[in-house]
Amino acid sequence: MFAVIQFPGSNDDRDMCFAVKSALGAEVALVWHKRGELPPGTRAVLLPGGFSYGDYLRCGAMARFSPVMAAVKRFADAGGPVLGTCNGFQVLCESGLLPGALLRNQALDFVCDPEQRVRVEQAAAPFTSRARPGQVLRIPIKHGEGRYVAEPAELARLDAAGQIVLRYCDAAGETTPDANPNGSVGNVAGVRNAAGNVMGLMPHPEHAAEEGLPGGCDGLVILGSLVDWLERAR
Amino acid sequence: MKAVVCVTLKPDVLDPQGRAIQRACATLGWDGVADVRQGKYFEIQLQTTDRAAAERMARELCEKLLANPVIEDWRIERIEG
Repeated sequence: MFAVIQFPGSNDDRDMCFAVKSALGAEVALVWHKRGELPPGTRAVLLPGGFSYGDYLRCGAMARFSPVMAAVKRFADAGGPVLGTCNGFQVLCESGLLPGALLRNQALDFVCDPEQRVRVEQAAAPFTSRARPGQVLRIPIKHGEGRYVAEPAELARLDAAGQIVLRYCDAAGETTPDANPNGSVGNVAGVRNAAGNVMGLMPHPEHAAEEGLPGGCDGLVILGSLVDWLERAR
Repeated sequence: MKAVVCVTLKPDVLDPQGRAIQRACATLGWDGVADVRQGKYFEIQLQTTDRAAAERMARELCEKLLANPVIEDWRIERIEG
């Protein structure tokens, strides 16, 4: 079962549930942030997008101290898969579960692009096994504070360790400055931890999860990879 | 006691808000404004009369909550009260 964490101010929690349940047929439960434990049977944790605690102080800075985050950290430390999208990515960085930080977009605008492309740099379980290396995915973005930063030495280390999973690119897969919506270093759109079981990304796979709708369903490449991983691990 | 704390982006972290303010200064005729860095300012009332305890609490707050050490520096401007 997937656990989708609800913080005060989360707003993509139900979209995430819909994507996991309706599009992928997986079991899912909404978990309020004040719970000190994850529900029994939790096999993957999803931290949704939104504006937890109104983005006060820094995005994700308050949510990090929600009671459920101690349980999420224990779950991650034990090897359980944790995926954070947008605000969920910010919460994971603030919690120290992922390297780096997310800051105000370079151009100071709120970016909203249903056609954003990202290139898959690492095609591997548990989050991107359904992708080919170098595959270009179309996944929507909508954020004001998505500029990924890490010191140059740290970025080089992440790159060498294969922890940079997604980069912003154009439709041809080129990671040009023009394809970078927010000024992230190295066009980084998604990273994972050293162990590989925690990942964050600014794009919203849950918003591209239904066949037949404009915008496609490339989000299922990511969410579906996680479902595949859970089925194999069963 | 009251602690006054400032949190700023590390010098090598790009601050587009500060840059926008600098450009606005130039637009408004202040040509001499070479650079602006924006930060955060906190006034924290602490329920103690012990200066050392107040400083210790302020430092802990900075380390654990008010600043993100990946991107920010902090300093206690003063303890008063």
